[in-house]
Amino acid sequence: MDNLLSIITFLPLVAAAILGFFLRGEDEAAQKNAKWLALIATTATFLISIFLITGFDPNNPDFQFVEEREWILGLTYKMGVDGISILFIMLTTFLMPLVIASCWEVKDRVKEYMIAFLVLETLMIGVFAALDLVLFYLFFEGGLIPMFLIIGIWGGKERIYASFKFFLYTFLGSVLMLVAMIAMYVDAGTTDIPTLLNHQFGSDTFSLLGIQIVGGLQTLLWIAFFASFAVKMPMWPVHTWLPDAHVQAPTAGSVVLAAILLKMGGYGFLRFSVPMFPVASDLLAPFVLWLSAIAIVYTSLVALAQKDMKKLIAYSSVAHMGFVTMGIFAVNQQGLDGAIFQMISHGFISGALFLCVGVIYDRMHTREIDAYGGLVNRMPAYAAIFMLFTMANVGLPGTSGFIGEFLTLIGVFQVNTWVAAVAATGVILSAAYALWLYRRVVMGDLIKESLKSITDMTARERAIFAPLIVMTLLLGVYPSLVTDIIGPSVANLVENYDLALLAADTRLAEK
Amino acid sequence: METIILFAPLVGALICGFGWRLLGEDAAMWVATGLLFLSAVLSWIVFLTFDGQMQQIQILRWIESGSLSADWAIRLDRLTAIMLIVITTVSALVHLYSFGYMAHDENFREGESYRPRFFAYLSFFTFAMLMLVTADNLVQMFFGWEGVGLASYLLIGFYFRKPSANAAAIKAFVVNRVGDFGFMLGILAIFFLVDSVRFDDIFAAAPELAETQLNFLWREWNAAELVAFLLFIGAMGKSAQLILHTWLPDAMEGPTPVSALIHAATMVTAGVFLVCRMSPVMEFAPIATGFIVALGAVTAFFAATVGLVQNDIKRVIAYSTCSQLGYMFVAAGVGVYSVAMFHLFTHAFFKAMLFLGAGSVIHAMHHEQDMRNYGGLRKKIPYTFWAMMIGTLAITGVGIPATLIKLGGVPIGFAGFISKDAIIESAYAGGTGVALFAFWALVIAALFTSFYSWRLMFLTFYGKPRGSMKTHDHAHESPPTMLAPLGVLALGAIFAGMIWYKPFFGDHHKVEVFFGIPTDEVHASAPPAHLPGAAHAATEAAEGDAAEGEAADGSHGDLGDGTHPLPGEGAIYMAPDNTVLDDAHHVPAWVIWSPFIAMLLGLAGAYQMYIRRPDWPAKLAANQQPLYQFLLNKWYFDEAYDFLFVRPARWIGGFLWTRGDGNVIDGGINGLAMGVVPFFTRLAGRAQSGYIFTYAFAMVIGIVILVSLMTLSGGAE
Repeated sequence: MDNLLSIITFLPLVAAAILGFFLRGEDEAAQKNAKWLALIATTATFLISIFLITGFDPNNPDFQFVEEREWILGLTYKMGVDGISILFIMLTTFLMPLVIASCWEVKDRVKEYMIAFLVLETLMIGVFAALDLVLFYLFFEGGLIPMFLIIGIWGGKERIYASFKFFLYTFLGSVLMLVAMIAMYVDAGTTDIPTLLNHQFGSDTFSLLGIQIVGGLQTLLWIAFFASFAVKMPMWPVHTWLPDAHVQAPTAGSVVLAAILLKMGGYGFLRFSVPMFPVASDLLAPFVLWLSAIAIVYTSLVALAQKDMKKLIAYSSVAHMGFVTMGIFAVNQQGLDGAIFQMISHGFISGALFLCVGVIYDRMHTREIDAYGGLVNRMPAYAAIFMLFTMANVGLPGTSGFIGEFLTLIGVFQVNTWVAAVAATGVILSAAYALWLYRRVVMGDLIKESLKSITDMTARERAIFAPLIVMTLLLGVYPSLVTDIIGPSVANLVENYDLALLAADTRLAEK
Repeated sequence: METIILFAPLVGALICGFGWRLLGEDAAMWVATGLLFLSAVLSWIVFLTFDGQMQQIQILRWIESGSLSADWAIRLDRLTAIMLIVITTVSALVHLYSFGYMAHDENFREGESYRPRFFAYLSFFTFAMLMLVTADNLVQMFFGWEGVGLASYLLIGFYFRKPSANAAAIKAFVVNRVGDFGFMLGILAIFFLVDSVRFDDIFAAAPELAETQLNFLWREWNAAELVAFLLFIGAMGKSAQLILHTWLPDAMEGPTPVSALIHAATMVTAGVFLVCRMSPVMEFAPIATGFIVALGAVTAFFAATVGLVQNDIKRVIAYSTCSQLGYMFVAAGVGVYSVAMFHLFTHAFFKAMLFLGAGSVIHAMHHEQDMRNYGGLRKKIPYTFWAMMIGTLAITGVGIPATLIKLGGVPIGFAGFISKDAIIESAYAGGTGVALFAFWALVIAALFTSFYSWRLMFLTFYGKPRGSMKTHDHAHESPPTMLAPLGVLALGAIFAGMIWYKPFFGDHHKVEVFFGIPTDEVHASAPPAHLPGAAHAATEAAEGDAAEGEAADGSHGDLGDGTHPLPGEGAIYMAPDNTVLDDAHHVPAWVIWSPFIAMLLGLAGAYQMYIRRPDWPAKLAANQQPLYQFLLNKWYFDEAYDFLFVRPARWIGGFLWTRGDGNVIDGGINGLAMGVVPFFTRLAGRAQSGYIFTYAFAMVIGIVILVSLMTLSGGAE
């Protein structure tokens, strides 16, 4: 199939259009139809995406399933995947049916809610599949809108504040990225990403407004992209929008935000910053490594102090993203493999953790840790599942959480032992905050009167968690499923990176 | 067969944990127990038929990334074989014992099915522990290492309604993680240096490590020393050595069978196993091993002093475990790894028995654990009494000093006597100042050990009944499922030392054969191994410092001349200049007698204070109030840590959150953006929620159009 990638990308959008144009009414039947249609569409997308992964040749580091055609206004529509991007697409298509199923009990504006998620899916897949700058930018920024609406309309009490904070943070970053993209076009004369990957952006030091800019154009472009991706990740210290956004977002929104949207920043580093601006990346890597190490320790400590379950998990997400940025800017095979693995694994684990919060939020309508305690007495299945994902979150070997952390640490140790040592303290701190949360919510005797009639997970809820449990354990025991696919592309990236640095050094030496 | 040993407990855990609703509780528990016994029988077959030659069995690929490759695999050598029988035997017996001990538990309500869960955890623990000891690379070992940590966490917190149990469970996990932090850095450093995490490659590269300098944190370190030290931090956590020991006494919150299996016989010895497993590296790290000796000795002494005054029967035994682990580390640190394993092996029997015996007492006394409320139980629970007596004779080291009589070259005595004296003699033979310090510390600790062990016996089984008379009236002997394991362990506690004296602590040749080390004649024909990992490390050295690189090459040549086994050949490695094993057999007579005399003094002291003059302890405590409080409060470690780490961490967390995130980041750096947000929020409040999003939508669309136009105009030029 020549246009498999487009089918996967736009199938959810088509479903959204059908919902938008043809579904009328707000009664129960209409709501049910909306949910079923969304579920079928996302499931179908996932099933079709299986052809993508089975047809993908892992040993070929080039882009595959490439589609290229003329588009409006003289722009090019170009899509394709390589070992780095394909798994993010799989992650998205895999999670979306679960996300839809998790909002089965929503009663408010169901049709619009479903449309928002379906549109969001298209945009997210598009980000990972786009091979043209403009197209990428459209998907990347467009993804903000549905998320913004999901928080702003279906969110909690402070949703307006949170959604604006979310919007402004991410938006300010993207304006800079936009400028950088225009500059790239001016410099390289194309918006084609594969061509840009082989284009050498200037790295000669020049002076701007009296300031010496080491690394030249590359540095400027790198900083502009960094502004956008660092906010999306989010990296310390521009992370403060995330806890607020998570707390106000509905459960399904949190899941998508943590599991997929955050990965766009990491993907951006992998697709643009590192391969396109190697000299600048090499120059600024220590800066990023230190930001990551600080993020891990800082946010882990902050997580210890949280009183709101979602905030705690949100801070924990920031810490885990610290491992990702650390691995990426170690720029070696283990670091990059680990970073990608960590992102995929975090997709399952953080998604599941937010769903865990959602399960009890649906019953008690509060996220206060102090409102719970002793849930194991009435909810044994919930306690077991929550335990599993808590352990995966602290990176217990045998779960997917370990592989990513371990590989990124291996990667960064070869570059900077200080950063590795500081980041490794995250191993201790994560255990402290995660187990303490678990203890306060699940363990102990059930004393609170309000909890005396709480019920264990329903069949629907268990069915949502089952695939996540399988993936978390499967990838923990047999991570080659992922590393076999990403390995060759990453090796290719590292090789080109080292060659580019060598070439830059030689040029410098000649002068 | 090894694969069956390894996975039978996992299958048991899964069947018991998830299948008990289908099978019924009892059937599920018997399945788990039956599979454990299968493992145990097979383990003994493997142990007894094993010829010392290392075997490797590949199971599945695991982590592969670039040059990093860690598989799921089984490495079977003598160290593994020893651990296999220790783990599976004690675990099988503990499973059996738990049928009785866990039958009725007042921590659970009527009709609650807690027993299958308990058995599933026990079996899962066994699986993780087996993974740890059969690993052929450091990462798989780390899997087992953390897996047993998880099992320990789950089992300590098994009584989930008790706040103290929950707190202890978290403490155990987090303190262990501090150790794991060191272990993890050790793995990272090894991969960086050797470019592999497989034991074979690491061992082959060990001599080069000794000559390599590694830049780590603020200075350059000798690579072998650094790696040995980092790995030992991991061992300190798991084996509850001083500084990281605080979790072990609290871990007694778990049910007693757990204490016997995990916190006495198996998991806590993982650190000792790690040091022995890494013996090829340890041999090249004299400073790190010196530190191990010192810390082991101090721990042995410290824990013994605290054990003197504890009143909870399980805590006494817990500190005793802590102390005995210190003995093992001293042995490993001075370089007699076989002796460390010997004590690990015998200790597993008598300590598991002491714990199970204590469990039997607790069971009889309706979960009363304070020894001040025991007394005179000798007649009420005679079998338990005799089991505890054998355990006490073993741990205090009762036997006939070797200078008097030997039977076929083997001294006569209980298991603990033989292995403990072997350690004390080795410490004396160690030769260095640290070793001599350790020798004296261990002799004094032996005195204390004898005192607190007899104190426990006298307080529990002798004298008049104290505390609630109702409890005493209802005291009853335990069921056969609990007594049978005691009987089996008693055999081990009596005979294990004498039977296996020679292979662990006999003459050099016997030990080498047992551990599969090629003896000199065999070795001369074997070609010197050369592995890419070693070359890599040499390159590192050469790059860092040319002179160092040459030195590395030189030493490699020395070792390759075929007169001595290379590191990695055989389960343990003893460097050519390490003669402690031989020297230990030629120590002066007073050295051999000193632990024996210490034991007698301890016994006499306890007899005087708890049988003849039971009023003395209280008077002594009143007289020496500060010292008594100091010991009773375990040298105030918990209080110090709370003050130094726990409170500051929470305070800093709160501070960073409210001040850092709240004031500085939201208020300062992003003041611009945050000034805008409240404005929009107010606006939104006026404009009815929901509609404001149209604006945002328009903004983004505007940007999109803008970029399209700009690109287009650019494209037209």
